[in-house]
Amino acid sequence: MIGIKAYGAYIPIYRLSHGDIVAVWGGASREGEKAIANHDEDSITMAVAACQDCLSLSDANNIDALYLASTTLSYKDKQSAAFIAEILDIPDQAVTIDFSNSLRASTSAITNALAATKSELANNVLVACSDGKLAAPKSDYEQLMGAGAAAFIIGNSDVLAEIIATETHHDEFLDMWRQSGDQFIKSGEDRFIVSEGYVRNAKEAARRTMDSLGLSAKDINKLVLYAPDRRTHIGLARQLGFNPETQLQDALINKVGNVGSASVPLMLVGALESSKPEDTIMVISYGDGCDTLVLKVNKNIEQFKPRRGLRGHLISKMQLRSYLNYLTFHNILPVEPMRRSPPISSIPAKWRAKKSLLSLHGSKCRNCNTVQFPVQRVCHICHSKDDFEEVPLSNLKGKIFTFTKDNMAPSAELPTIMTVLELENGCRFFCQMTDRDPLAVQTGMDVELTFRRVYDYGGYTNYYWKCRPIR
Amino acid sequence: MNGAITDKVAIVGMGCTKFGENWSKSSEDLVIDAAYEAFEDAGVSPDQIQAAWLSTVYGLSAWTLANPLKLSGIPITRVENQCASGMDALRNAVFAIACGMYDIVLVLGVEKLKDTGLAGLPQSEMFPNFHMIGAGFSAPGGFSLPAARYFAKYGATKEHLAKIAVKNHHNGTFSPKAHFQREVTMEQVLNAPIISWPLGLFDCCPTTDGAAAAIVTRRELARNFRSDYILIRAITLAVDAGFTPLRPAFDYLHWPATQTAAKETYKQAGISNPFKEIDLAEVHDCFTITELLNYEDLGFCPKGEAKDYIDSNTFTLEGELPVCPSGGLKSFGHPVGATGLRMVYECYLQLRGLAGNRQVKGAEVALAHNIGGPPQISSVCIVHNRI
Repeated sequence: MIGIKAYGAYIPIYRLSHGDIVAVWGGASREGEKAIANHDEDSITMAVAACQDCLSLSDANNIDALYLASTTLSYKDKQSAAFIAEILDIPDQAVTIDFSNSLRASTSAITNALAATKSELANNVLVACSDGKLAAPKSDYEQLMGAGAAAFIIGNSDVLAEIIATETHHDEFLDMWRQSGDQFIKSGEDRFIVSEGYVRNAKEAARRTMDSLGLSAKDINKLVLYAPDRRTHIGLARQLGFNPETQLQDALINKVGNVGSASVPLMLVGALESSKPEDTIMVISYGDGCDTLVLKVNKNIEQFKPRRGLRGHLISKMQLRSYLNYLTFHNILPVEPMRRSPPISSIPAKWRAKKSLLSLHGSKCRNCNTVQFPVQRVCHICHSKDDFEEVPLSNLKGKIFTFTKDNMAPSAELPTIMTVLELENGCRFFCQMTDRDPLAVQTGMDVELTFRRVYDYGGYTNYYWKCRPIR
Repeated sequence: MNGAITDKVAIVGMGCTKFGENWSKSSEDLVIDAAYEAFEDAGVSPDQIQAAWLSTVYGLSAWTLANPLKLSGIPITRVENQCASGMDALRNAVFAIACGMYDIVLVLGVEKLKDTGLAGLPQSEMFPNFHMIGAGFSAPGGFSLPAARYFAKYGATKEHLAKIAVKNHHNGTFSPKAHFQREVTMEQVLNAPIISWPLGLFDCCPTTDGAAAAIVTRRELARNFRSDYILIRAITLAVDAGFTPLRPAFDYLHWPATQTAAKETYKQAGISNPFKEIDLAEVHDCFTITELLNYEDLGFCPKGEAKDYIDSNTFTLEGELPVCPSGGLKSFGHPVGATGLRMVYECYLQLRGLAGNRQVKGAEVALAHNIGGPPQISSVCIVHNRI
């Protein structure tokens, strides 16, 4: 049996209400809100978070392939999957591939993971799907587009949802796209792309799949269908013979938004979370054609729980103070940087220390058991030299030991909260706090670690760990 | 070894530029101004200098001193130890004099911070990958980290910090070479914009240019230069290991480097009750909270009681132990490499009765203290006039 053995999700903490957008530009509000990435998030950091949600502590060692699917990776010419594999301590002989450039990049990744597993090229494929398209200010899509990520382990043991069938067809169609260097999505005229792009393709995919398996709508417990918007989504589901109230997985359009190539994966996580053994799930993913998956859930579904999943991320949120924050967080509106000396940056130094900086390994002294960060050749306490084991720290919780709120340290969101943490294993860590309310920060506060962008300098992005209040 | 340098070395001349935003002065101008004031004060000519120690954090090598002064052919060592650079330069000169290697040396500290075109201090890579591991770290941020712990444990508040700011601004009004000569009120300090919680604008020292210099010789030769020289009883440096925020089990209620340097200095100086035996102290008040911790780390008051001593005005000009009579870094400013020597300059004036309206009456024993880096490095010096 081959299929999904684990799943996870990630939604950024901030929400921007549609009303706030309409207050600036006028027009009709969709009466909901969308999830937007914080200024220090991007598709890589969200993918890492979704993978952490899905992976248990021992899983990383067994991953033999990592597929990353996204249309909004910040590097156009440098593999992001290899980067994420480093962060997650995935063995270096794992296959790493970036799947890109299509709304259905994620299901392409999943079907390839299935193929790799079937042909015994892999036993455990981690598929990370992450997206955060930007629509131009005042555009029709501005209220729609959100950000988020999902992750799955596809494998041949302990499967909780077997992939019993897949279908695919490609179709040349200009629906939603960006060219190299475009910050905002471009799209075709909405009546045309809905009827000839989305509806025509999705209908064809559904018909082929259901015919080949002899399924009718009543045989399918949940339909996970890409949603360009809420009304079209519900309308098509009805046309296909499904009951939108009971059978159509919520597309989260008014809670998270259209999350591009991560939309269908996030909906699939939602479907799995609420499924029971023996349920049949049909997934239709759209973009340059369609991919379809049919899954059969079994009793292993009851043994698995992601750390937070979709449910946990939906209830944990903070309202973004204003539409202006959204514009500045995503460099849509340029602002003058603080007059501070530019940071120093060294590629060789970071490379040498990547186990500490990216995988967040500390060292535990074998003589006195003190855990310290970064890896220390000479122990802080007993001065033993080169006698330690590396200890992964990224999954640990901690408490704030002390902190400050610094208006002089440059950040998109002042004050910069600097925290000295005491992690669960006694290790001290020093980092910025993100996803935070400055007034709520206090010593003793419980925090967890999160991988984020720190700054761009030298022509590349510097990433590091921060802490956040436990969501 | 105890006693190795005790009272063997004298300061026979000093110079100090006006500290401030010296737009019309380059670092070379500051070097010349401070050095020549010191030469004239000691009555020496530049070619009598046999060796020199230069303290500068953001400047570079020996030529920073040699070039403007045209000192050719003598050994000049550039010393950098963050805020302790000035006193560390003096400390090294003291060893050279005490062992008899040289008769007359120059020690000069200079910093030209306002040429960067930036606010605050320039970025430096304190250790490999500091730009990641310390991303977001700033000087006010790093020095403010004890506050949350200290306030909670001992009940001190922003008010106590504000009293220190008010005191040092007040002292600065009597200090003509200081960057600022203006009073501030408690209200102004407490309502000032926050720089790094809990520090507001007036809790932080300004960004300043300046230089200070000393002519140093053996005690036996001092009388040749002046009758009212001062003696160095003890001068130490202590360095803690480990970037402070990452140090296992660190309590953030004190700065260990200060405690270590002070203990060693008092031992060498034969001081068992610093509060009673010291007449004035120039301590490192880069931030008001640092001065508060200094009172305890230097042994001027018991742990946790700084707030009570502050409330009792113990450390004001009129109090039992005036601290920062010059106005401190708060009013004088903090051109990093110059500060340690500038503090010794204040002690030099006070011990010779030349401190004008901020004179501590009958001053005989003075202490100077610095702490710098995240912080990790401290220097403590005792000078006196009992010659």
